[in-house]
Amino acid sequence: MLSQVVARFEIPYVQIVDENGNVVNPDLVPNLSDDDLRELMKRMVFTRIWDQRAVRLSRQGRLGFYAPVSGQEASMIGSEFATNKDDFLLPGYRDIPQLYFHGYPLHQLFLYSRGHQLGGQVPEGVHCMVPQIIIGAQIVQAAGVGLAFKLRGEKRVAVTYTGDGGTSQGDFYEGMNFAGAMNLPVVFFVQNNQYAISVPRELQTRAQTLAQKAIAAGIPGVQVDGMDVLAVYQVVHEALERARNGEGPTMIEAVTFRYGPHTMSGDDPTRYRTKDVQEEWEKKDPLIRFRKYLEDKGLWSQQEEEAYIEEAKETVNNALKEADAAEKMNIPGLIDSMFEELTPTLKRQRAEFAGEEAN
Amino acid sequence: MAQMTMIQAITHALDLELARDERVLVFGEDVGKNGGVFRATEGLQQKYGPNRVFDTPLAESGIIGLANGLAIQGFRPVPEIQFFGFVFEAFDQIAGQLARTRYRTGGRYTAPVTIRSPFGGGVHTPEMHADSLEGLFVQTPGIKVVIPSTPYDAKGLLLSAIRDPDPVVFLEHMKLYRSFRQEVPEDDYTIPLGVANVVREGKHATVIAYGAMVHVALKAAEQWSKEKGLEAEVIDLRTVNPIDIDTIVASIKKTNRAIVVQEAQRSAGAAAEIVAQINENAIYYLEAPVLRATPPDTVYPFGMIEDEWLPTPEYVLKTLNQVMSL
Repeated sequence: MLSQVVARFEIPYVQIVDENGNVVNPDLVPNLSDDDLRELMKRMVFTRIWDQRAVRLSRQGRLGFYAPVSGQEASMIGSEFATNKDDFLLPGYRDIPQLYFHGYPLHQLFLYSRGHQLGGQVPEGVHCMVPQIIIGAQIVQAAGVGLAFKLRGEKRVAVTYTGDGGTSQGDFYEGMNFAGAMNLPVVFFVQNNQYAISVPRELQTRAQTLAQKAIAAGIPGVQVDGMDVLAVYQVVHEALERARNGEGPTMIEAVTFRYGPHTMSGDDPTRYRTKDVQEEWEKKDPLIRFRKYLEDKGLWSQQEEEAYIEEAKETVNNALKEADAAEKMNIPGLIDSMFEELTPTLKRQRAEFAGEEAN
Repeated sequence: MAQMTMIQAITHALDLELARDERVLVFGEDVGKNGGVFRATEGLQQKYGPNRVFDTPLAESGIIGLANGLAIQGFRPVPEIQFFGFVFEAFDQIAGQLARTRYRTGGRYTAPVTIRSPFGGGVHTPEMHADSLEGLFVQTPGIKVVIPSTPYDAKGLLLSAIRDPDPVVFLEHMKLYRSFRQEVPEDDYTIPLGVANVVREGKHATVIAYGAMVHVALKAAEQWSKEKGLEAEVIDLRTVNPIDIDTIVASIKKTNRAIVVQEAQRSAGAAAEIVAQINENAIYYLEAPVLRATPPDTVYPFGMIEDEWLPTPEYVLKTLNQVMSL
């Protein structure tokens, strides 16, 4: 026998609360207070309400670019909830809820959707990059942010998001490989929502899991039930702890589903997935199972949820009003944002577009 | 004062800036222990340690992405792309990302990154090593593109580039790395970006060039003077984005004729932009159309015909005679 096994790898799968709200993995239940548990539910409810509102606003032409999030609440909310406020998020375009709960003002997120520059002006004290459009570009940048934290000796972590399609990009591997080779504090969070626009997960890769892509970079890969907010919270929490302790990056694949279209710009999911598939996933809904879990613990009631929904609607409406009040953008202002000091060429163009006499 | 080659002047500038500003980081493929394939970073890792000067995995997009992340966290990265022909691998991270950071975030984050890279022909490299791709970045809003032609300029321009608050692509012509030495002061000095240099005065025609072509243009100008008694004014652009049109116009007002010498292929590059700006700003001072002395619109050739493909002093001379005859 000339061959021998030189290495073996395993990909763990983590679920804590099953579809019926029952705890299936008591050892892993995170140590969260009752208030924290209720907060997780509130945030998921808020996200669902906001998403429904945003979809309606898109149809009315009152938003610009919007990528619906319903179905992915556990992955989004659970992962962000595990971070510290000074951890740095590098999101993809769908990851708007994480930004909001990380401190990004809601009205600016509406402005981002509308293509207003103020939408991208990350406020001081909010630690994130603006949503990335080029799939995977944020993954390599996350390694750079992680390196900055490591060089300064800060106990902070870069957390970056992409989807199942994003794992096919070269940047995805490059980012993980850099972070692994340099032992950087980074968490790579993949929301496998089964479709990259219309292309199903099985056409992206022959790999059995997306999490195993971490193995090639020499870093841990974990698959988690992305419809289970406690499981998501727990695996991200552990990955963040590892990163803070100098033990390097982790890649997490959250297995989830988006109920809506890819974006509100004309995508029709009935072209690429059946009603049966949709209904199968709706049975795993993150809100239904966590509501049941909390009700069993006496921490949540329908009355409470209804009151909170009203509160959420008001928050969304107020943010929308604030977004509506933003000053219009103009071309000279756009030119001003190209460089700290305009080049002579741009100074002339600025004068031209401002209708001024050029010098 | 010391006599330095361009590569020594570049190493010296990096050394000064690493010492002056602790936010400066130098990294890329082989730049650490090996000191770079051209030795541009020779001795810097030993002096500043592996936290300031380091090797990265072999992936250009990863290298510039790393710079991007470091920059939004307040560092001043100076990454190296080992040969500029490899820049396509990093194109999104430069044109799609770095160049847009300030705009995209309304100025909250900036990208003070200086990408250093060897480029240019005449040294018989394998394919994809020698291309002059600066035109791609002339067309990229949000990026400055700097190309020195002498050791003195290389130091002063590189220090300006690293201190610039916005991204700069800093291109180092391989043929100039060790082709001659020049007095380079050891103290700190900068040359402002976007300001061209009149390297030879003349009144009969203006020759606009940058990088290695400055030296080709100077040879042609000397020959022209000898053969015809005509004096060409040679402008070393030093920065191709932005273009110092004021210096060009001032020269054309005097000479009334101009040619552009460019190592890159003819169409839609820096030379085309120069001609367009001359058209907008100086057409009434011209006695003849502005001509371009460039290679044809082909890919950069393999080594066997490289020297025929690149503009020579003879070709520049011919173009000067042509512009005088019109």
